[in-house]
Amino acid sequence: MSKKITLTIDGREITAPEGEKLLWVALDNDIYIPNLCAVKEIDPPQASCRLCFVEVEGYREPVTACNLAVTEGMVVKTRSPAVDRLVKTAFELLLSDHRLKCSECPKNRSCELQKIAKERRLKLRLTRFRPLVKDLPIDDSPDTFAFDPTRCVLCGRCVWEDHEVAGVGAIGFSRRGIDRRVTTFGDTSLADSPCIECGFCVEVCPVGALSFKE
Amino acid sequence: MGQASTELYEKIKAAATEKITALKQKPVVLVGMATCGKAAGAEKVREAFKKEIESHGLEAQVIDVGCMGHCYAEPLAIIAKPGHTPLCYGYVDEELAKRLVIDFLVNDDPCYEFAMVALETNDVFPTFSDFPRGVYEQKMILEHCGFIDPEDIDHYIDKDGYAALAKILTLEPEEVLEEVKSANLRGRGGAGFPAGTKWEACRKQKEPVKYVICNGDEGDPGAFMDRSILESNPHQVIEGLIISAYAIGATEGYFYIRAEYPQAIRTIRTALEQAREKGFLGKSILGSDFDFEIKVFQGSGAFVCGEGSALVSSMEGKMGIPRPRPPRLTTSGFRGKPTVVNNVKTFCYVPLIMKNGADWFKSTGTPGSPGTAVFTLVGKITNSGLVEVPMGTTLRQLIYDVGEGIPDEKEFKAVQIGGPSGGCLPESALDVPIDFDSLEEAGAMMGSGGLVVLNEDDCMVGIARYFLEFVQKESCGKCTFCRLGTKHMLEILNDITQGKEKDLASLDLLRELAEDIKAGSLCNLGKTAPNPVLTTLRYFWDEYIVHITEGRCPALMCKDLIVYYIAPELCSKLCNVCVGSCPTEAIYTREDGLKAIDQEKCVKCDNCLKTCPPQYNAVIKLSPPEMLKEKEGGSAK
Ligand SMILES: Cc1cc2nc3c(=O)[nH]c(=O)nc-3n(C[C@H](O)[C@H](O)[C@H](O)COP(=O)(O)O)c2cc1C
Ligand code: SF4
Repeated sequence: MSKKITLTIDGREITAPEGEKLLWVALDNDIYIPNLCAVKEIDPPQASCRLCFVEVEGYREPVTACNLAVTEGMVVKTRSPAVDRLVKTAFELLLSDHRLKCSECPKNRSCELQKIAKERRLKLRLTRFRPLVKDLPIDDSPDTFAFDPTRCVLCGRCVWEDHEVAGVGAIGFSRRGIDRRVTTFGDTSLADSPCIECGFCVEVCPVGALSFKE
Repeated sequence: MGQASTELYEKIKAAATEKITALKQKPVVLVGMATCGKAAGAEKVREAFKKEIESHGLEAQVIDVGCMGHCYAEPLAIIAKPGHTPLCYGYVDEELAKRLVIDFLVNDDPCYEFAMVALETNDVFPTFSDFPRGVYEQKMILEHCGFIDPEDIDHYIDKDGYAALAKILTLEPEEVLEEVKSANLRGRGGAGFPAGTKWEACRKQKEPVKYVICNGDEGDPGAFMDRSILESNPHQVIEGLIISAYAIGATEGYFYIRAEYPQAIRTIRTALEQAREKGFLGKSILGSDFDFEIKVFQGSGAFVCGEGSALVSSMEGKMGIPRPRPPRLTTSGFRGKPTVVNNVKTFCYVPLIMKNGADWFKSTGTPGSPGTAVFTLVGKITNSGLVEVPMGTTLRQLIYDVGEGIPDEKEFKAVQIGGPSGGCLPESALDVPIDFDSLEEAGAMMGSGGLVVLNEDDCMVGIARYFLEFVQKESCGKCTFCRLGTKHMLEILNDITQGKEKDLASLDLLRELAEDIKAGSLCNLGKTAPNPVLTTLRYFWDEYIVHITEGRCPALMCKDLIVYYIAPELCSKLCNVCVGSCPTEAIYTREDGLKAIDQEKCVKCDNCLKTCPPQYNAVIKLSPPEMLKEKEGGSAK
């Protein structure tokens, strides 16, 4: 498996195990590519947040780095006008569905959205779109944490932790289209679900949707 | 050992032919009983035929057949009486059925006045090829649809059905693969990916367990060609599936058919049973060492489940949600095994290609897109229905010659082609040849073959909004661009069609978003969703502008931008029909006896306009609504 290959990212020559996904190769080498839904163990990757676009020589259009396996001689650029345009739109779209009150948010300063904004010089407010934020109640029924669906970016990391790491199965994606969200089975409160409050989900939440109390 | 299959087949064929020949010695009535026929009342017609035949003690058979493609004239019946040319009758009702039995079957009068077309060349009555539609139509995969009994495998065998299977069993799988590759058969489910290339990628996988799946999800609103084929000639699809399995080295096959198609599911199940009995399916097919089984899976119905990876995921019992590629399904598909997913129509071509050769196939159509294209022609078109034309036929020929143009002396405006995420092409694009690449270049796509004709009464902004709303609702919601982007686009379009958008910059945002959704979405639903908007922006820009700057809908279709008005100079004081037709009592009689509309109460249901007698045509629509002031001011003087 671990045959080594060499590729170039932003002009830097990098060796990596053949077949490893480009996103992880870049991140492991301190080259930042925006991402929210990436979990190394999920195979095939979800590829749902659409933030990790890069340019790869030989591809006409930007491609997502999370599901592209690196190959010998691959030449990658993490920035280009086309990449920046897609990332900007995806980012703004996510913000349009996200309750944007950073000062009131438990994750203020440790939020992935803020990190992306800083790295890519994007604004943390809506410039082109109107807000679509839904009127959903916060579920603070667990003793140790709370879930605010209006801050959720649907990255699915919590669902993965719950299913595959904790092995509980308390939460999952429900509904379709614009109504897609993370809920318990049957839409009960977390306290009424099989949730054991292990807190794994809270630890992986990149934004302020899941947060420990206090 | 290989030759054994052809010998076995010859025996089966001889028995079938004998049976069908015997059948033809007596009169036969074929009634179109596909879903389209049934919807038009074919069941009653069939019973009327049966009853009348019985009451006269005739030795005539009534057989259910599928769809011939002339859906506008359903119910359809074909009568074949020895000594006469077989004739097809359209718009048959119980009355006509009785009459045909008495006049034609009992006596010898074929009732030409009711006949639509003859099925064999003769001196008296025209055949399909004598009509303009027949000149352009070339039936490859629809050839037998509507003419054979889908419930009886012998009808198909009599038409050389399964001969291709018997033949390929004497070849090496690689030879079959080469033939399909050399035919350049492109997938008919939308994207036009070469089937041979896909099969080869799957065949190359070392994994011994491989699957082949027939995609019969057909979620496009208004499209029904796959259903029609499954109901009318199931064995052609099954034979194609078996041959592909042989070429790929697949061990098991599936039909994925949406649960809303119960008749198609039943027909396929019966057909599979019969194919098994004849030895075309199961262990040692036709005496060879090739084993293959096919099962039926009922789809859950969501539009996105037609997307290959979502389809596979829903078959595994998971949510029908697309996943990113790579890996391709041919590497890791159903249950993680190499899998080929092809459309119903794609499989249909396979037996024909194997029987007649790749060169025969390539002699029809264009070099880049050989073969034929199957369309459901609907909308503002004279002859709606299922048509099959050679690739390369122009849209103009399809609409004006095959479909016989736009009814009611209305003017053509656009053709929406490729399903809900296809594009809208204007008059100036009508000479575009129908093939995968030309359509894509024009901003539309072949899609799965839905074709909606639009006329002067259709508002292109409204149409774009309509299709976008469909895909927005059908988005699975997994990825950012499609889930949120289509919603924002829809909001902009809602504002434009409701007169709330006054800023032309919204059109730039609409286009930017459309382009980004196209480039950034995870699956083809999102990647193609903006097509109706992008093509209408490209070809019908003026209509958008007028909506925004003048608050006017030129087609008078956007409800919020029109008002209904009764022109005093046209209204007859003596007539009252409009008053009665209005559900909200918005119409009142003025002091001078003329009718007028209370705009506060009017819900714009269009009833008064429809019911106002044609000699007056006094109800008119005004856009923008401000025109009302002018009119009323004028008439008061
Ligand atoms: C949203 C969506 C819906 C689709 N629906 C269908 C369908 O109903 N039938 C179909 O054959 N292909 C459908 N496709 C295309 C399939 O993904 C796949 O390309 C096709 O079945 C492959 O067969 P082909 O190569 O024979 O066309 C759909 C694709 C998308 C993105
Ligand atoms: S493009 Fe739409 S339908 Fe396809 S995965 Fe994304 S959200 Fe789902």
